[in-house]
Amino acid sequence: MQRRFTLQSLAAAAAVAGLGFGAMPAWAADTIKIGVLHSLSGTMAISETVLKDTVLMAVEEINAAGGVLGKKLEPVVVDPASNWPLFAEKAKQLLGQDKVAVIFGGWTSVSRKSVLPVVEEMNGLLFYPVQYEGEELSKNVFYTGAAPNQQAIPAVDYLMGKDGGSAKRWVLLGTDYVYPRTTNKILRAYLKSKGVKDSDIDEKYTPFGHSDYQTIVADIKKFSQGGKTAVVSTINGDSNVPFYKELGNAGLKATDVPVVAFSVGEEELRGVDTKPLVGHLAAWNYFMSLKNPENTAFIKKWSDYAKAKNIAGHKDRPLTNDPMEATYIGIHMWKQAVEKAKSTDVDKVIAAMAGQTFKAPSGIVSKMDEKNHHLHKNVFIGEIKADGQFNVVWKTPAPIKAKPWSPYIPGNDKKKDEPEKK
Amino acid sequence: MLGYFLTTGLRPAAAALLRRAALACALLGATAAHALTPAQALAMAQGDSDARIAAIEAALASPTAPLGPYLRAMADDAVVVADGRALVVQGGQASDPVSGAAVALPEGAEDVMNNNRLRGEISAALAALDLFAPDTVRRREAAQAMLKQPSPERLPLLDRALAQEKDAQARQSLELARSAAQLGSSDVLQRRDAAAALGDSGSPQARLLLQTRLAEESDERVQAQLRRSLAQVDDRLAWGERLGVVFTGISLGSILLLVALGLAITYGLMGVINMAHGELMMIGAYATYMVQNLFQAYLPNAFDAYLLAAVPLSFLAAAAVGALMERTVLRFLYGRPLETLLATWGISLVLMQLVRSLFGAQNVGVENPSWMSGGWQLLPNLTLPLNRLVIIVFAAAVLLAMAWTIGRTRLGLFVRGVTQNRAMAACVGVNTARVDTLAFALGSGVAGLAGCALSQVGNVGPDLGQSYIVDAFMVVVLGGVGQLLGTVYAALGLGILGKFLEGWTGAVLAKIAVLVFIIVFIQKRPQGIFAMKGRSAEA
Repeated sequence: MQRRFTLQSLAAAAAVAGLGFGAMPAWAADTIKIGVLHSLSGTMAISETVLKDTVLMAVEEINAAGGVLGKKLEPVVVDPASNWPLFAEKAKQLLGQDKVAVIFGGWTSVSRKSVLPVVEEMNGLLFYPVQYEGEELSKNVFYTGAAPNQQAIPAVDYLMGKDGGSAKRWVLLGTDYVYPRTTNKILRAYLKSKGVKDSDIDEKYTPFGHSDYQTIVADIKKFSQGGKTAVVSTINGDSNVPFYKELGNAGLKATDVPVVAFSVGEEELRGVDTKPLVGHLAAWNYFMSLKNPENTAFIKKWSDYAKAKNIAGHKDRPLTNDPMEATYIGIHMWKQAVEKAKSTDVDKVIAAMAGQTFKAPSGIVSKMDEKNHHLHKNVFIGEIKADGQFNVVWKTPAPIKAKPWSPYIPGNDKKKDEPEKK
Repeated sequence: MLGYFLTTGLRPAAAALLRRAALACALLGATAAHALTPAQALAMAQGDSDARIAAIEAALASPTAPLGPYLRAMADDAVVVADGRALVVQGGQASDPVSGAAVALPEGAEDVMNNNRLRGEISAALAALDLFAPDTVRRREAAQAMLKQPSPERLPLLDRALAQEKDAQARQSLELARSAAQLGSSDVLQRRDAAAALGDSGSPQARLLLQTRLAEESDERVQAQLRRSLAQVDDRLAWGERLGVVFTGISLGSILLLVALGLAITYGLMGVINMAHGELMMIGAYATYMVQNLFQAYLPNAFDAYLLAAVPLSFLAAAAVGALMERTVLRFLYGRPLETLLATWGISLVLMQLVRSLFGAQNVGVENPSWMSGGWQLLPNLTLPLNRLVIIVFAAAVLLAMAWTIGRTRLGLFVRGVTQNRAMAACVGVNTARVDTLAFALGSGVAGLAGCALSQVGNVGPDLGQSYIVDAFMVVVLGGVGQLLGTVYAALGLGILGKFLEGWTGAVLAKIAVLVFIIVFIQKRPQGIFAMKGRSAEA
């Protein structure tokens, strides 16, 4: 009974639609579908939900300006639920069933690795917006976040310098998975090339979602008695909150032992009392506190959108961060590439992406490298302020070209700086 | 810091301060008491770090009255540069750092940013000024801070400070700072004596200084003394470390105890496999968050007291949800553990999604009240975080209250009676349905209290309960189902064991080791640490 009713109403709807649009071709042809593959539940929802909203905001903006190639964009949002294999399944569904022209998605490296074989096999297109460990270059992926040489290495350089406190000993602290492990491998090799001894490097890992950082903080304190120490944190997700709380309560000040983080931005500090953390650092390619017309416009756009859509948290206190900026750049560059290629065909768009530029909220004209599918990026080092924003204390003089194959991992010198042609 | 500045820095009436600062400047050996010039103030606020530090050092060489307040304002990020002059901005009002006169804040004023190096430099400069402050506490802090950047140039300053210092604690720090400064001296004997003095102090800073010196030292005798001193310091510090591990273990244990106490009632006594236990904690944490927001909005002056209101409210919120769960779902499932498990698991998902829809998927921020931030320095290298101390006390209080409720009150008697023999309890006139609801609400309420405590150390988000549910069951099962005392032993035991292992093997392996230990233990002794005796055991 129920079933028949549904069928009948569907048929009726189809008939009405058919009458209404008369001779127009099927509805889908009038829009370009784009896939949004971000976790909206589970552990990573904390970071990824806001990226989904950023894509939707950009889509609304593009559609209001007339769409792409005269067609409106139609976002298809799916929820891979912080479940790595589900990422692959959902990607397959987006490419196979929904026939999306492009997918925006992923945060953790393990989710990207899970999607990778799918987009390569089905010749899809993925825009990945988060800083990562490198060691990967696929023809079907555009990496709009930072490679290690655009974030990790400059940050370590800064801490070794006079203004950063001339650190001599290093604690490399991370969550136990591929991104922190690889980044720390690169950093260890880099530090050794700068003459740091193995005994002056302490590498530590905690499980995902670890919440008791008492022992770790006590160990850092002890380690720092052996010489000027800096901590490089690749802790990911909400473990950062208990870590920073413990740091503040244990009285480990930034002037004594600075902590530089690669996965902590404005959003992650939302749940933390930042007063004891003043002076601890983060390295990113964008900060909300940057002052330039593009950023002002970007923040205003996001605040208005968050208010209009009633996005929890952001409607009262809108925050922007680096991966949001990278997502925003990615979708606009894709639009420009499609317009240049006059088609959404994946191979044509990939060819048209090379050398695309976009006025980014970070204040530079962001450029997609002609060959290696990464953006040229400015690197900023920011110190946490009492209000949870970052105060930029150092920046690169000019945008840096990404090196996805880090020279500090053996064997990488033979790898080519562009995706292998298949 | 800000308060100090507002009361003494801005008011021209603080003549006493001016007098003492003038004294300080005389003591510091100022050649000529130049007033702080606007150009000097600007040089300290503008330019690259090296130039600013040089300007601060220059000003410090001949300090004047306005310098202290100006540096303090700089440390508080309250200095701006506009129209080629530096201004202090406090509470929206700009003033001239030299004269203290109020001026209109010009358009386009730029905030002066300090990086870590400058912040360190400024606090060292402030410490140098504070060495002669009238307030003993500040002198002590200043003397402590002098130890951070020792240099032979500071020796005359330290000697002068020592000459007039009466407070024993401040003297001790100053002497240590003096030894630290002498460690870099060119005189071999002086270096050796300094190393010996630092060795006697046993402070962590001394260890850092000795270690650094050892790397540079060329004289063999001094090297030997440095090594001896290092060993001496290590010896002293070892105690702090051991106590630290025990404390972190007890702290983790107290959290495990709070998390498991509610479950000890709902699962231990009532036998309900309550997979939604974690979500009841989450509700307690969110209730705390709501109370915090209400206080922020309506009673900002009493913000520090919000936790006192949050404790009963988080209990009531979780208890109400628990009672509702029991009345609408669980009461129909008693004696059917598998269905209970599935139903409570379903409820946990519903509750999580409900909170996600109401508050968003993001974590929400719960601030510690000021009396719970920071730590209590017990030994030079052992700081006990206040929030953890408070939670240990809180866990003990909740435990006592629970033991009293179960063991001494009429409700407790009924609960024990009903769980031991339901039919008999009903026969003698106990309203078993009502007792079930109350007992379940009590267990849920205690979970809410745990959530309130957790909000002070960890994240508050819809997934909060998920990360603790396994721990909670682990503690209850290990302790022995139905035994309050077993729960206490298991929680503290697991806490201390976990922390010892973590210090030894790292966090990832420690977690695995603890789980393996529990599996082996349960194999050997399925009834847990304490077994229930008597007839109820086979029920």
